[in-house]
Amino acid sequence: MNIPKDLLYSNDHEWVRVDGEQVYVGITDFAQHNMGDIVYVEMPEVDDEIEAGAQIGVIESVKAVSTMFCPVAGTITEINADLEDSPELLNEDPYKNHIVIVKMNNQDDLGQLLSPEAYEKLCAEAE
Amino acid sequence: MELKQTPLFSMHQKYKGKLIDFGGWELPVQYEGIIKEHTMVREKAGLFDVSHMGEIDVKGKGAEDFVQYLTTNNIKKLAEKQVVYGLLCYPHGGVVDDLLVYKFSEEHYFLVVNASNTDKDFAWIKQNCPPVIEATNVSDQYAQLAIQGPKAQEILQKISDTDLESIKFFFFNPDVKLSGVRCIVSRTGYTGEDGFEIYVNPEQAGFIWEEILKAGGPDIAPIGLGARDSLRFEAKLPLYGQEIDQDITPLEAKLGFFVKLDNDDFIGRDALKQQKENKPARTQVEFYMLGRGIPRSHYDVTKDGKKIGWVTSGGYSPTLDKNIGLAIIDRQYSNVGEVMDIMIRDKPVQAQIAQGVFYKKKSKTKTAQ
Repeated sequence: MNIPKDLLYSNDHEWVRVDGEQVYVGITDFAQHNMGDIVYVEMPEVDDEIEAGAQIGVIESVKAVSTMFCPVAGTITEINADLEDSPELLNEDPYKNHIVIVKMNNQDDLGQLLSPEAYEKLCAEAE
Repeated sequence: MELKQTPLFSMHQKYKGKLIDFGGWELPVQYEGIIKEHTMVREKAGLFDVSHMGEIDVKGKGAEDFVQYLTTNNIKKLAEKQVVYGLLCYPHGGVVDDLLVYKFSEEHYFLVVNASNTDKDFAWIKQNCPPVIEATNVSDQYAQLAIQGPKAQEILQKISDTDLESIKFFFFNPDVKLSGVRCIVSRTGYTGEDGFEIYVNPEQAGFIWEEILKAGGPDIAPIGLGARDSLRFEAKLPLYGQEIDQDITPLEAKLGFFVKLDNDDFIGRDALKQQKENKPARTQVEFYMLGRGIPRSHYDVTKDGKKIGWVTSGGYSPTLDKNIGLAIIDRQYSNVGEVMDIMIRDKPVQAQIAQGVFYKKKSKTKTAQ
């Protein structure tokens, strides 16, 4: 299971990459592996205002529908349009292909997220 | 509650199948990945463990009449070693199960039924069985494997003592030796490709599994239940609990071809005759998505905000690269070209009714003439 050291993680198996005031958000290798082949991604709209932990989309695999949550509060500034036609990018490289970019309301939200070590522990317990 | 394991469980562990609870059975949903496995079967060959399916022997004088009475299709015109697809119906026309009927002789029929319905079907058969007929649930005596795909015959031939060309579509040979092991082999399957279903002693199932994989090399792979479902769905093959159930008749499900209303009587015939005369109020339609979204089983279908039916099976078709589905809806809205809405997470997404939406089956339809 790939867990990059330069990212932060959520309990719902999302990863967060901090870039100044904004964060890139995607799903982890653990998540894509468990879901199997991803065939559809439903994303929020640009300018949507999101609370921390709120549902922002849906990721569908062949057999199941999974909810995607936003780990931090903020405004959606970008969605990854490539995922509309090529949802399988999330399986191919879950860390290279972010799903949304969020301008954070409050940097303190990052304190609620898991370190790579804590996330690794979470995954081990989930197995 | 402990999950049941098939005789091939050790193979699933060996080949790293992702094991899930499938109706009380511990079976793999996938090995390498559903789409990869699906494509493998369409292009080369795949090997399935279908041992969870049920097998019921019906034996005795009058077995032919009895099996005919249970089944919608014409049983009496079967030749020995022929197989037919049919349905067991309730008196009101709803479906008990769909099944394959293998004719060994006029006094011996071998019924192959859905795993999830085995106990129910057996009880139904016993309930209707005349005292001179012996019906036995022999599911524990058989493991079942399926080899499906354009290369299935070429691969299986390598370990078969019988010329497989002699087993025509919907026929079987009860005496085929695969690597020296006696098996029942039929040219049947649930994928829309050419292929065979193999019934074998549970003790030798693992051996046969390995022999087939060895014979196929890179041209075959183990296939899980996820791809089994996507393959049958893409080929528009019905699934009990979705296209048919105790409240959906074969006529509503567009399976009239397998229901011989002008033949011998069978349980449910009168109700189905009546339904045919009055035209079923609901009917199955094929559709593809116009808007973005994946239709799934039991999603509501609406028209102008009013519910007109529901999706029976739906999903992404890897071969066709489209989101498609089957729905059962009020007949008045079922014309080809009509646009309707699929409710996906409380939002209507447009879909269009069409014909020829699904994958054209490549099963070998040569019959023994």
